[in-house]
Amino acid sequence: MDIAERKRCVDIAERAGNVSARTISEKILSAKAGREVHAGEIAICTVDRVLGTDASGPMAIDYFEKMGGERLFDPSRVLFAFDHYAPPASAKTAAFHDRLRAFATRHGAELCDVGEGISFQLLAERGGALPGSLVIGADSHTATAGALNLFATGVGSSDLAAAMITGQVWIRVPESIKITLTGTRTAFLSPKDVGLALVNAIGPAGANYKALEFHGSALGAFTLEERMVICNLGAEMDAKASIFPSDNATNAYLTGRKVGLASPVTADIYAVYAREVTLDLSRLSPRVALPHAPDNVVPIEQAAGTPVHMVFLGTCTGGRVRDFHEALAALDRAGGQLAPGVQLVVTPASREVADAIRDDGTLARFEALGATVTTVGCGACCGTSGVIPGDGMNVLSTANRNFKARMGNANASIYLASPAACGASAATGKITDPRAERAAR
Amino acid sequence: MIRLEGRARRFGDNVNTDYIITSARKRDTIDEQVLKQWLLETLDPAFAASVREEDMIVAGENFGCGSAMEVAVTVILAAGIKAVIAQSFSRTFYRNAINNGLIPVQCDTNRFEEGDRLSVQLDGAELSVANYTKELTLSGPPIAGVMLDILEHGGLVRFIREHRRLMPREQ
Ligand code: SF4
Repeated sequence: MDIAERKRCVDIAERAGNVSARTISEKILSAKAGREVHAGEIAICTVDRVLGTDASGPMAIDYFEKMGGERLFDPSRVLFAFDHYAPPASAKTAAFHDRLRAFATRHGAELCDVGEGISFQLLAERGGALPGSLVIGADSHTATAGALNLFATGVGSSDLAAAMITGQVWIRVPESIKITLTGTRTAFLSPKDVGLALVNAIGPAGANYKALEFHGSALGAFTLEERMVICNLGAEMDAKASIFPSDNATNAYLTGRKVGLASPVTADIYAVYAREVTLDLSRLSPRVALPHAPDNVVPIEQAAGTPVHMVFLGTCTGGRVRDFHEALAALDRAGGQLAPGVQLVVTPASREVADAIRDDGTLARFEALGATVTTVGCGACCGTSGVIPGDGMNVLSTANRNFKARMGNANASIYLASPAACGASAATGKITDPRAERAAR
Repeated sequence: MIRLEGRARRFGDNVNTDYIITSARKRDTIDEQVLKQWLLETLDPAFAASVREEDMIVAGENFGCGSAMEVAVTVILAAGIKAVIAQSFSRTFYRNAINNGLIPVQCDTNRFEEGDRLSVQLDGAELSVANYTKELTLSGPPIAGVMLDILEHGGLVRFIREHRRLMPREQ
């Protein structure tokens, strides 16, 4: 039975009340729309959390004022994070911050100033990303929070403003792509490799207007923060949301953080998907995305040996505690020194991450190696704060995007890989397979 | 009914929002009247200066992918471009377009070339594009529900000003 036919049968069965056949996305959005909605329908939903950044926030304030906004629908549900321009590199950027600060203070929204971290990372750390909830954020990687079994989606500044006023957002209910992870996770297989392999398999627009929903026996092999990496890369397939089921890892992460009620959501067994993709982890190996597109992915063997001039450890993809641990361990295994001419840039995704790696000595090790440790936040990721690569430089990065000019220089080339591959390559000065560096020495 | 006439300005696949306007440019200003001088500079440094009021952007797959930044839409509008015709759109770009009154037309653009004479028409929910140069008439997916309401209001600003909330379209 093909998907269209199966959908038709399920629709009939569902209408007769014989069976429930919904995806996680359909269930969450139905709950938030206050009526049963199916993929393809346009729903007006109530939002649980609204996130703005210093990149999207100033424009959202403009829209808010033009829309005649006077107050926030619920200040405790609105969070602004200063992440993209941390610290501000010009007087004009500083003025954006001031404007946003004044707005947040006047309206009572939660304000995470320079040095606190990346918006959706902060939402998760502070317990605001609850299973079953609907989160919108004016940042394309907001879907990262879907690792906690919720529908989190990126919007623009006008949607943000309208939601700040009304507490609502319009959403075309997406079809979902079912991604089943099977097999055994091998040593040095990073969630980044899984994500890059998926971007390559599904394509840069392959999840356009669709949600990714994760299933399979291998999910338990990934910690909550590792799931965030996989969800994060959903944006590189243009996914509207990336959603994991709720399990022990979810509960473990939420313990001690949770603010509010979690309502875990599971997909019905008869749920109809637009497409099903199975990934066997046993057969997956480290990957690299070549310039200038995140879907330009090859097994790392094919890129090995490419000279590397800058290594960037950070961002909402690769800037968490475990990422820095894996990078440093790989760097140590590959010689424990930076190769001559390699610039290492380290940017934690949040203060919680920075504190943790300061407390356990990781940050001091990076500093002793001569790394440039920049302010917590997005850092060099999008060329707005921090280090900009020079002409002709090759950058190996833990980030999610390697578009031309992404880091602020169209004449640099950005390669994307796992933290371990980045760490090993920092020590060798060339793209290095994290599984092979011991043999190479 | 909305009807636009214009000339095609051709781009390829995967034109991301950083290419439409780079992050480095917008860190100092989000004023689209200033930013429009750098529209699409990464792909074609001469493009911004060559734009005429009635131009329409024609592109391939996945137009507006990457960052959700909304200036990517307002800068296009500021340059005088009122419609983008593409094989497909990135989700956030499509939303932002609707919310600002820029018409996104999704159709097969394979045969469209730079300079083609075009007409775009939105009649009720029905969206169509005529390419006079190539003697083609194509239709895009209809713009339904609240999306059409928003577009007919010229964007989300007027919609919220008038209604104070989002609501399903009156049938
Ligand atoms: S770290 Fe990079 S990708 Fe992530 S939110 Fe910041 S700018 Fe965007």
